[in-house]
Amino acid sequence: MTDIRYLAPRTLDEAVAAFAAAQGAARILAGGTDLLVQMRAGVVRPGLIVDIKKIGEMTEIAETPEGGFRIGAAVPGATLAEHPRFGKAWPGVLEAINLIGSKQVQGRASPGGNLCNGSPAGDSVPAMIAAGAVVTIQGPQGRRTIPVEAVPAGPHRTSLAPGEILVSFTLPPRPAGASDAYLRMIPRTEMDIAVVGLGASLTLKDGVVTDARIGLGAVAPTVLLVEEAAKALIGSRLDDAALEAAAAACRAACRPIDDKRGTIAYRTRVAGVLLKRTVAIAAARAQGGN
Amino acid sequence: MAKTHVSTSINGEPVEFLADPGSSLLDALRNTLGLTGTKEGCGTGDCGACSVTVDGRLVCSCLVLAVEAEGAEIATIEGMAQGEALHPLQRKFLEMAALQCGICTPGVLISARALLEKNPDPTETEVRFGLAGNLCRCTGYDKIVRAVMEAAAEMRETV
Repeated sequence: MTDIRYLAPRTLDEAVAAFAAAQGAARILAGGTDLLVQMRAGVVRPGLIVDIKKIGEMTEIAETPEGGFRIGAAVPGATLAEHPRFGKAWPGVLEAINLIGSKQVQGRASPGGNLCNGSPAGDSVPAMIAAGAVVTIQGPQGRRTIPVEAVPAGPHRTSLAPGEILVSFTLPPRPAGASDAYLRMIPRTEMDIAVVGLGASLTLKDGVVTDARIGLGAVAPTVLLVEEAAKALIGSRLDDAALEAAAAACRAACRPIDDKRGTIAYRTRVAGVLLKRTVAIAAARAQGGN
Repeated sequence: MAKTHVSTSINGEPVEFLADPGSSLLDALRNTLGLTGTKEGCGTGDCGACSVTVDGRLVCSCLVLAVEAEGAEIATIEGMAQGEALHPLQRKFLEMAALQCGICTPGVLISARALLEKNPDPTETEVRFGLAGNLCRCTGYDKIVRAVMEAAAEMRETV
């Protein structure tokens, strides 16, 4: 066993400096629910572990002056679930995050880790994409913000440059008549990995969709923003033709793998089914139901 | 190998130990501190046998680094009974035969306690979802769920 160093810096600058100096030999530790499993399996052997949970910004849930939310990258799902207002504004994002693993995993696992782990099946990612969240990233060159959908670069790869650390997610303010939902298809009821996952965020005015975003997971090398599906919904009253057009756009976006959890044909078909079901839930919430 | 000095609190008692920076809290509890009530099942966060709470939060100790215990408050199965007096969950598990081989039991008890602290009057469905992170290969879960419901009812009466 090689020596591993552990560092729990108090500031982001210290974390970035140490992370960048390690030149790829370091790993960021948030909840550790992926990292510790990978270390145990011998898939990764970090020389340095940078624990970001002592940095205030990383573990904070803040309401922005504009009326949105900023969620630190290392906030665990259990903490987010206890926030008095987050789940009311973003029920779909919260239900997606809370689908990740067991109660035990929820005590540690974070949306930042879920995104940076780079799994095409990460549950929080389609919901965050649908929400129009942007992420703040800090690295040796300073800070930048990019949309969530620009982070995944392939299975277990991200677009973050060497030395860069994901800091937070910023979700926009919610207008009246807006809500979201997330559904995943799994063959059981709990504790599984999405065969298909779909996040939908809608804004409705007098029964007409004025804004929509659709995030689709587990059907391509990365989680996808399906703009064609959103276009099919915007301007509609969610009539059958609009829903079928949006479902077709989701099916067309699929580039899935065949594996033990689902075939290409199955995943593609389910993507369309989930579009209709998820949109129905988001619309009901947007119009005042639950 | 350079070990890190860790000061923590376990079941209300201050504890200090040395840990390899890459080793888990589960390793520290079992192998360094001799607290073998916490079990190792899968080691990958799937089975819940190693459940403990860290600062009141239910976690798998196999997915926590030992060095992360610095300054934290850990609660393990060893702290559940008060001396000879079993916790109502422990008593109901015995009375209602909610265990067979026993490997999963400490983790189930810790999870069930965390569940009841948040939700003193859970439905059967809530108990089943709340304990979904604890695998048991013996009981088929029914007796566990019934024992948790019974313990919850008793705890509500005595509050």
